[in-house]
Amino acid sequence: MAQERTPLVSVRGVSKHYGEGAARVDALKGVSIDIFPREVVALLGPSGSGKTTLLNVIGCIIDPSGGALDLDGERVFDNGKWLRDDLRRLRLEKIGFIFQAHNLLPFLDATDNVAVALELAGHSQSAARRRAVELLDYLEIGHRRDAMPAKLSGGEAQRVAIARALANSPRIILADEPTAALDSKRAQIVMELLRKLAAEQDASIIAVTHDEKIFGYFDRVCHLRDGVIEEETRVAPAGQSV
Amino acid sequence: MNLAWREIRHNSGRFVFTGVGLGLLLGVVLSMIGIYRGMVVDALTIARTPDVDLWVVEANSRGPFAESSRIPGDTREAVARMPGVTAAGSVTYQSVEATAGGRKMRLYVIGYEPGRPGGPAEIIVGRGLGRSHFEIVADRSSKLVPGDVVTFGRDRYTVVGLTAYHVSSGGDPAAFVTLRDAQQFQAELDPAAVRLQAARGAGSGSIDTVSAVIARLAPAASVEAVAAGIARWKHLSAIAQADQEAILTGSHIDRARRQIGLFTGLLLAVSAVVIALIIYTMTMEKLKQIATLKLIGAPDRTITAMIVQQALALGLIGFFMGWALIVAIKDIFPRRIVLDTDNVTQLGIVIVAVCLLASGLGVRAALKVDPATALGG
Repeated sequence: MAQERTPLVSVRGVSKHYGEGAARVDALKGVSIDIFPREVVALLGPSGSGKTTLLNVIGCIIDPSGGALDLDGERVFDNGKWLRDDLRRLRLEKIGFIFQAHNLLPFLDATDNVAVALELAGHSQSAARRRAVELLDYLEIGHRRDAMPAKLSGGEAQRVAIARALANSPRIILADEPTAALDSKRAQIVMELLRKLAAEQDASIIAVTHDEKIFGYFDRVCHLRDGVIEEETRVAPAGQSV
Repeated sequence: MNLAWREIRHNSGRFVFTGVGLGLLLGVVLSMIGIYRGMVVDALTIARTPDVDLWVVEANSRGPFAESSRIPGDTREAVARMPGVTAAGSVTYQSVEATAGGRKMRLYVIGYEPGRPGGPAEIIVGRGLGRSHFEIVADRSSKLVPGDVVTFGRDRYTVVGLTAYHVSSGGDPAAFVTLRDAQQFQAELDPAAVRLQAARGAGSGSIDTVSAVIARLAPAASVEAVAAGIARWKHLSAIAQADQEAILTGSHIDRARRQIGLFTGLLLAVSAVVIALIIYTMTMEKLKQIATLKLIGAPDRTITAMIVQQALALGLIGFFMGWALIVAIKDIFPRRIVLDTDNVTQLGIVIVAVCLLASGLGVRAALKVDPATALGG
């Protein structure tokens, strides 16, 4: 059972508020959640429910107001402060990001869009390009390795973006509406790919989504409302590939 | 990989187009510098052409270029007999309206004694003055050619040769004539004026005056000692060559230098604002890309380097295009454009500094971008 293993992401009583006094807005109110290896989890909720804030906290992009955060077995936030000085490095090592609109750099071809993440992590240019080509081949997009983003279809671009997210072999992948810009057929392909990655890379995938058509690809769907996880729906046994 | 270069390559058309626009602006800056340098070089060329050590002029005058100077024509003999003087010549300088081929033109007429100091440094076409009267060696910027006839007052002069880069500090082409001819039409009056003078009982007076006597000294002679000796004649002053050049550059064309310097400074300020706006706009257009780069782990120095390198590339593209443009069209300008390597290098350094400053606005905007903005639509 996944729950018997050490969680890759452990959020404990995390809160986040903006402003003070009458202007204070509580985006997260003591949220706790564990996400295990090979688990694909959806964060669902209306606008302002706190799902993107939770994704940003897990991604070490914004400072929580309180609580604790463990990533890959390492406590990275506690007692109101980050325990790592270099959050950029932390993101490079542990987290991959997949964006709603793929966010590929328009001036780099598919290979270099992946290689840039590797070079930022310190790989040489040649090693980065080699690994990038491997990843593109793995995601069955190798034949488009020299294409510029403007020449890629939505599905192809999203697969290149996934390759970039996987470049430094992170075990935590955060996806912000990964299928929002895709038609239903391509959305299914991308979700199948993410499930495959979770299984083969022993990774956790956490996605913010509104797309009901893809709920079947998640192990759990966490419903957020007013900064708290109101309900968790277990869709499929954790770690099971569809 | 170099992100700045990759983006420039991807948007090469836009970059080159922007660079051309900037190049036109920087070309104007370069032309301003070139015009000023040209004025200095032109002024010094006229003063250096005789290749002398001392200028003997009217007492208390800074002539013959900065102020008018008129001394007796026989001063040359007295100066030539001074110990240490190896050669001396009388010269006159005056701007004159002339006519050639039905075309009016202003010429800077230099009268000198052939065989003595004061003539043109080099004849590039034709020959030097060979006869005592009615021949002229003109600067090629006058558009005259050998064989042309130039009318000064009632007399007609034939162009026998051409020089180059001999113009007055006002830009009038130089025209070398014999001293006697220069003195003649300097003193020549309109016939009606002659009749009026005669009716008033005034004599015609002597025309044997010159603007200056120039002297070459023996290598061992002291310029100061010879100058002091000449200054004992109360009606004369002696100016060393270096002082004559200082008068020309420091005083005579100083106002033009300040005018052009101010204009150049304004143009540089405009260039800086233009570069800053271009870089800022380019940065604002890619805020989402910058946020994405930050989110996937790009350090601030990578983002800063990308913007600064693009600003430098833009500035240098503009600088070299402006330089090429001015080199290509400098001969079309009515005044001489002189672009010394030193001046061009200095402007290049200024442009680099301007680009670094101008990129600050874009860098500031980029560093303030929250990586979280990469998430969400």
